[in-house]
Amino acid sequence: ILKPLTYKSDTNSQLSLTPESKVISYNNFYEFGTSKSDPAEHAHKLTVDPWQVTINGLVNKPFKLNYEDLYSKFSLEERIYRLRCVEAWSMVVPWIGFKLSDLLKLADIKSSAKYVAFETLERPSEMRGQSSRFIGGSIPYPYIEGLRLDEAMHPLTILAVGLYGKALPNQNGAPIRLIVPWKYGFKSIKSITNIRLTDKLPNTTWNLSAPNEYGFYANVNPKVDHPRWSQASERLITSGGLLNQRRIPTQAFNGYQEEVAPLYKGMDLSRFF
Amino acid sequence: MKNQTKIRLTKLVIHVLALPILVYQYYLSVNDLNGADPVKAIIHFTGIGGLHCLLVCLSISPIAKWLKLAWLMQCRRLIGLYSFFYACCHLISFIWFELGLNFDLFLAELFKRQYIWLGMLAFSILLLLALTSPNSIKKHLRSHWQILHNWIYPASILIWIHFYWSRKADITEPFIYLIILLFLLFLRVKKIKISSFI
Repeated sequence: ILKPLTYKSDTNSQLSLTPESKVISYNNFYEFGTSKSDPAEHAHKLTVDPWQVTINGLVNKPFKLNYEDLYSKFSLEERIYRLRCVEAWSMVVPWIGFKLSDLLKLADIKSSAKYVAFETLERPSEMRGQSSRFIGGSIPYPYIEGLRLDEAMHPLTILAVGLYGKALPNQNGAPIRLIVPWKYGFKSIKSITNIRLTDKLPNTTWNLSAPNEYGFYANVNPKVDHPRWSQASERLITSGGLLNQRRIPTQAFNGYQEEVAPLYKGMDLSRFF
Repeated sequence: MKNQTKIRLTKLVIHVLALPILVYQYYLSVNDLNGADPVKAIIHFTGIGGLHCLLVCLSISPIAKWLKLAWLMQCRRLIGLYSFFYACCHLISFIWFELGLNFDLFLAELFKRQYIWLGMLAFSILLLLALTSPNSIKKHLRSHWQILHNWIYPASILIWIHFYWSRKADITEPFIYLIILLFLLFLRVKKIKISSFI
C-alpha cells in the first residue's frame, strides 16, 4: 500500500493524463530487467524504507536525507509533465515532489561547483538486473546521471517522491527520483542514493554505454534524430487500443523552449545532443 | 497411419498453433488489454512470431532427414507462408499503428534507418518466396525455383540483424536467436555454395 501524500495541486496543466495503470506498468528500469513489464513484476523486492540520500561534494554543508525527510523536509507540489522517452513515446504523469534547487540551497554550494552527479542505489540482492548482465542489459551499474548546475537549479527540475497522489511505486523509482521535463526520460534517474556537486562533467550511464546515441545533454529535440530512429514525432501513450492511437509532433525542449532555451544559448545542439 | 493423414494432421496443428494466438493478440491490442503500449506489444509479437515460424521452417528439413520422416517436408511450405503472414502483420502494424499511416514518415524512416530498410529488404525476399510458392509456379520456374528459394538463408540473417538493431541495449535475447539460427545454417554449410544463389 503506497502512502497518500499531502501536496499543492498543479492547476496550470492543460495536458490530459496517461492512466495510472499504464504509468506504473510500463517502465524502463533495467535494474529489474530490460522488458517494460519487468520493473512492475520484480521491483517489489526493493526495500525503500529505510533509505538514505547523501548530498556531498563541493558543498559547505553536506547532509543526509532519511526516508521520512523525503516527505517532510520540503513542501510538496504536483507537477504534471509529459515524460518523453528517447524511444519516441511519451506519457503525461502527475508527479509529486519538490524543486531540486530547494535541496541544493540547503547544502550551500561552493562557487567552484559546476555540475551535479546523481547515483542510483546499488543492491544486487534486491535488483536482479545488477546481479546478471543477461537480465540487466549489459549496462554498467550503479546507474549514474548528471546535470549542469544551471540545469539542476532550474525551477522546472524536481525531485519526485510520488505520482498520482501517492508515494512512488518502486518500479517508478521509489523513494526519490529526478524529473527534468525538457530532457529525454533516461536523464530522470531513479531510486537516488547520492547527489554530489562537482567541477567536472559527470559520466552518465547511457553515454558510457553508447556515446554516439546518447549524449550528456539529451535535450528533447525533434531536429536531432537518434541514429536508429526519428525524434520528429512521438506516440503519446494514453488510454485506447490499436485503433485509437495518437502520434504527436515532438516539441523542442518537450514544450519548454521558452523556459530553458536560454540555458543553451550559443551551443550547437546537434553536436551537444 | 497413411502419410497423407499425417500431413493433414500436422498442417492442422500448424494452423492451430499459429492462427488463434495471432487473432487473440490483435483482439487484446485493439481493446487496450495488451499492456500499457498495445502498439509495441503487437509489433513485437508479430515480429518475434515471424522469426519463430522461420526458425521452425528451417528446422524441418534437418528433422525430416534425422528422423527419416520424408512426409514432413510436405508441411514446410505452410510454415514458411505463416512466417510471411506474420511479417505482413508486422509491417502493416508498424505503418498503421506506430506511424499512424503517415507514409511520408515511413519513406523517410525507410531511407534513413538501417534496420528499417534491412527489414524491408528481408520482407521483399519473403514476398518473392511466398508469391512463387504454389506448385504450378514451381514447375514453371524449374531449376530457378531452388536458387530463388535458397534466398531464405540470406533473408534469415537480414531478419536477425533487423531484430538486433531494433534493440536499445539488451542483446541477450537476440544472441540466443543468433545461436539457433547459426546452428540451423551450419547444418547446411556443405550444401550451400555461391552458385546456390545465382
